[in-house]
Amino acid sequence: MALISAKDLTIGYSDLVLYRDLSFDINEGDYVFVIGENGTGKTTLMRTLLGLRKPLNGEVVTDGLKLSEIGYLPQQTVVQRDFPASVKEIVLSGFVGRLGFKPFYTGKQKKTALEAMKRFGVDDLASRCYRDLSGGQQQRVLLARTLCAATKVLLMDEPVAGLDPFVTEEFYGLVEKLNREGMTIIMISHDIAAAKKYASHILHIKNDPRFVEKNEYFASGEGNEFSILAENGEG
Amino acid sequence: MELLIEYLSYPFVRYAIIVGVLIAFCSSLLGVTLVLKRMSYIGDGLSHVAFGALAIASVLKITNNTLIILPVTVLAAILLLAFGKNAAIKGDAAIAMLSVGSLAFGYLLMNKFSTASNLAGDVCSTLFGSTSILTLSKESVLLCFILSIFVVVVFILFYNKIFAVTFDETFAKATGVRTGMYNLLIAVIIAVIIVLAMNLVGSLLISALVIFPAMASMRVFKSFKAVTVSSAVFSVFCALAGIIISIIAGTPTGATIVACDAVMFGLFCVVGAIRQ
Ligand SMILES: Nc1ncnc2c1ncn2[C@@H]1O[C@H](COP(=O)(O)OP(=O)(O)OP(=O)(O)O)[C@@H](O)[C@H]1O
Ligand SMILES: [Mg+2]
Repeated sequence: MALISAKDLTIGYSDLVLYRDLSFDINEGDYVFVIGENGTGKTTLMRTLLGLRKPLNGEVVTDGLKLSEIGYLPQQTVVQRDFPASVKEIVLSGFVGRLGFKPFYTGKQKKTALEAMKRFGVDDLASRCYRDLSGGQQQRVLLARTLCAATKVLLMDEPVAGLDPFVTEEFYGLVEKLNREGMTIIMISHDIAAAKKYASHILHIKNDPRFVEKNEYFASGEGNEFSILAENGEG
Repeated sequence: MELLIEYLSYPFVRYAIIVGVLIAFCSSLLGVTLVLKRMSYIGDGLSHVAFGALAIASVLKITNNTLIILPVTVLAAILLLAFGKNAAIKGDAAIAMLSVGSLAFGYLLMNKFSTASNLAGDVCSTLFGSTSILTLSKESVLLCFILSIFVVVVFILFYNKIFAVTFDETFAKATGVRTGMYNLLIAVIIAVIIVLAMNLVGSLLISALVIFPAMASMRVFKSFKAVTVSSAVFSVFCALAGIIISIIAGTPTGATIVACDAVMFGLFCVVGAIRQ
């Protein structure tokens, strides 16, 4: 059975149906890019997959996957302006789902958190206050937290938004490595070039969404059109 | 000074100070969470509910009134949390109704049924704290002690989860934390703290005890841990200073403690501004 399967999902809000009858299977080791225009319902789908909201219809079935094995990077983290939290505290809180009934983090988890901070180049900010960082630095801190949380699946909502080109490159390299080690990746992104390069599958969200293999998608007329449009729009 | 030393030679004075410090310590712990989760108004509403419950207890002539106030306040906390989720009933409006309603009913009850000769004094002391916590009975001292320990232990055991749920509830929920349960836990602890703090400063001044230390510390410190520790130290110091001053100067304990909190808050603001 697939790791995550969507069965006849209808996605939307009480008075607004975004799309109907979406079914797909995501298997272990897949690298899925979720693409589509603004406001088509990518974030809503991801929140549904995570069980943060209920689909209007249909269901999400997971096989042998616990929530505590998932890393999630929200599109926007509404942190109140005054929140006093150091970078270290935030990254470490990535492990919170795996604490269970244990009250404290282990030494190994603290070490892993430090490695995650190093990977995103925020280890020298460890004791800085999160609210005093730049937007890109904040995004990197949240990425490090997500990395701590994920053991099987990484769900990321526009992870490269706000990252500089160097960190973006490094980020894709890191995710590719994790993917090769068996991590399943589901990433919402407007970076079509990266989708072409790294994805195994494309989930194109629109009125009638499509879930297909990457090569098949970009070979199809529609995929071609969207990618040309997107790249022109970018450049 | 002599007066103070004389007072300190009485065991009940020492107990009162210990209890006062413990209560101040507990009530500072959740301050940051309350302020940042915008739950501080829940604390305010609950303190009025506690006042209503106290009025019922005194009408029913129950000696250990905490036994009534505690369950009623905990229940109200759970209800308010549920209301807050329900978009149909505006959370803050619900709280306002509940708190004003309990104030009114509480006063009505006390006015109609109280047999005490000095009603105004009674009402005043439940609102602003007894003129001195030295009048606490031995059982209530013991109960305060047990409840304080309970709050501190729960806070330490769930510190990391409380942090995660306060900082980013969505993330916590997505990675498998039962956030509903922890919100409930936070609400229950608030209720317990309020019942405790009512003994020290009375129901109108409770919020001060919860909010001042957190707001002050947030201006100076940059991590959750540092703010928590600083709040605790801040609160304990002010409680101690307040109690001692109130003994020497014969001022009402609750108001004196809160006045100390306010002055210290000003000081922290200055320090915070200099640090910037
Ligand atoms: N809480 C809400 N209540 C009602 N409608 C909403 C709500 N949140 C989002 N929507 C609507 O649902 C649609 C999809 O929103 P969603 O955030 O999923 O878009 P998206 O594909 O992630 O867009 P973007 O690329 O801009 O991030 C939008 O049209 C939006 O207006
Ligand atoms: Mg989105």
